[in-house]
Amino acid sequence: MSTPILKLRNICKSFGPIDVLQDISLDICPGEVLCLLGDNGAGKSTLIKTLSGVYRPNSGTIEMDGRPIEFTGPRDASNRGIATVHQFGGTFPLMSIGRSFFIGVEPTKGWGPFKIFDRKKANEIAVKAVRDFGITRIEDGDRLVGGLSGGERQSLAIARAVHFGAKVLILDEPTAALGVKQATHVLRIVNEAKRRGLAVVFITHQVMHAMAVGDHFAVLIRGAVAADFRKGEKTREEITDLMAGGETMAELEAQIDGYMATHDGHAPQHAGASA
Amino acid sequence: MNSKTASQPIVVANAPASSSATRFSIGGLFRRPEAGAFLGLFGVFVFFIAFGSIDFLKPAGAASWLNVAANLGIVAFPIGLLMIAGELDISIGSMIPAGSMTVAIISGYYGLPIWLGIAATLGLGVVVGLVNGFLVVRTNVPSLIVTLGTLFAVAGLVLGLSVLLTGTTSVALKAPELAKFLFGQFVANTFQVIIFWWLALTAIYIYVIHYSPYGNWIFAMGGDKISARNAGIPTSRLTIVLFVLSATSAAFVGMCQAILFNSAQVSAGMSFIFNSIISVVVGGVLLTGGFGSIVGIFFGTITFAVVNQGIYFTTFDRNWSSLIIGVMLLLAVLMNNTFRSMALSYSPKKK
Ligand SMILES: Nc1ncnc2c1ncn2[C@@H]1O[C@H](COP(=O)(O)OP(=O)(O)OP(=O)(O)O)[C@@H](O)[C@H]1O
Ligand SMILES: [Mg+2]
Repeated sequence: MSTPILKLRNICKSFGPIDVLQDISLDICPGEVLCLLGDNGAGKSTLIKTLSGVYRPNSGTIEMDGRPIEFTGPRDASNRGIATVHQFGGTFPLMSIGRSFFIGVEPTKGWGPFKIFDRKKANEIAVKAVRDFGITRIEDGDRLVGGLSGGERQSLAIARAVHFGAKVLILDEPTAALGVKQATHVLRIVNEAKRRGLAVVFITHQVMHAMAVGDHFAVLIRGAVAADFRKGEKTREEITDLMAGGETMAELEAQIDGYMATHDGHAPQHAGASA
Repeated sequence: MNSKTASQPIVVANAPASSSATRFSIGGLFRRPEAGAFLGLFGVFVFFIAFGSIDFLKPAGAASWLNVAANLGIVAFPIGLLMIAGELDISIGSMIPAGSMTVAIISGYYGLPIWLGIAATLGLGVVVGLVNGFLVVRTNVPSLIVTLGTLFAVAGLVLGLSVLLTGTTSVALKAPELAKFLFGQFVANTFQVIIFWWLALTAIYIYVIHYSPYGNWIFAMGGDKISARNAGIPTSRLTIVLFVLSATSAAFVGMCQAILFNSAQVSAGMSFIFNSIISVVVGGVLLTGGFGSIVGIFFGTITFAVVNQGIYFTTFDRNWSSLIIGVMLLLAVLMNNTFRSMALSYSPKKK
């Protein structure tokens, strides 16, 4: 295990009276994939937002390369080489592929105060990045993002992060909207990023995806780190149980079976029934 | 423009297949945000030439709608940018008389130097813009409501202060030669000098919005504010800057009117609210943000001004002009919607 590029110590974050993150301490190492697992609402997205400069923690410290830092904002984090694909959004339907790829980091040509946006260069780089990603239907960087499918947009967002992620790549449920082929491709990208020495933080609800790329796993339950282990230290069943928020899968299945038995084989009508 | 296009092939000579980047096509024109505005303008010209007379294209006739377009256009640009960014500013309705009255009271009533009056007018614009911007950014109250509040607050303030200080609601202003030359002369006896300000501002806005990197930020912000912030765009600062721009532009227009007509009235400007919104929407800006263009707003403003003034060149009763404006607005919006969905579904043909 190499020296961590990011070290979180006792990170707490609350929104008003709601404590979302409690005492999170984690190490994120270059050349490794950290899989962040946990139930809906466990605090995964909130945690990576403190790493990408969107939120400031209420207490606790973040160290980068051994020095304590405080991100002044998302731009600061991305300038330090942390690129994030957030769970929702990240694409701009009425903008062109080339323009949306470079939002905030527009390439320019020209001199002095008369620099102009280099549309040709932006389009070329963006189209190439997406095509490298396996989306070969995209040929024209002037196309509007809104005309792409959900998965294609997701791929565009990931391609963007990979392009700009110099040191740390954070992916919040990147495979959620993707087809089997594209999801596999994301996993390949993650492995490739790892091989190139990037630190990757990968959030997913799919055990298979987590097991396929993860070197290091952290499970959040109600905002606290419930388990922190390395590849091979836990079985797939144990991981699944932790991801379900601590309840064992067997228990959940028993609940469903019991319900089916008492309700003539009908599945529960609404989510609340099993709560 | 032409020389740039000519030099482009050299730049790309060694670049990998950039299939359609430089290809010119009619279809490409229709996918641009200003396509609807351009056709609308064309239609309006044809309409008034058919039903009116060619007179409204001759200098005297053109001046009538160019003067309207210039005054409106200077305000319509920042209003359009705010709309692209997902905000509205209706306080311009009282910022125009506020601008007129400020310069007239300071330099007319009190007789202080005109430059002081001008500085105070623009300063007032900056202050009101800052108030609007900070309120919108800090409170997350929709900007329509915030600026509705400042619309009335500023109107009340201007009326109250005018009566308190001067005892009247109409103040005369005799501006010195240079100020008159720059802000308030009739060129060739008919064209207000503000037309040149408008044309110069058009060029500056086109550069900043469509060529400099900052334009991208405004579109991103209107498309998805949270994602734009996550991508590192200073959305709050940009919002405040846009509100300052619109309030200051409105104050500037009011000031030019006062210098031009040698007097200022407390109530003159409410019509600018709707007129600028119509110009911007006819110009192809999406009311919900994220889409539009400066050239579109430019055409939209001229279209509005021509309809507004063109009626005088026809035999129609001028009471019909609102009907024409309403129908034109609906047609333009429908057309813009069609073109926008064409742009969205566009993908290049396989070769
Ligand atoms: N801005 C906010 N204000 C108040 N509460 C918030 C805010 N953001 C998140 N929360 C709360 O924090 C908790 C954790 O949210 P978070 O989005 O981090 O969950 P998550 O682990 O990413 O879940 P999912 O798997 O559904 O994406 C939730 O209970 C949510 O209601
Ligand atoms: Mg989440």
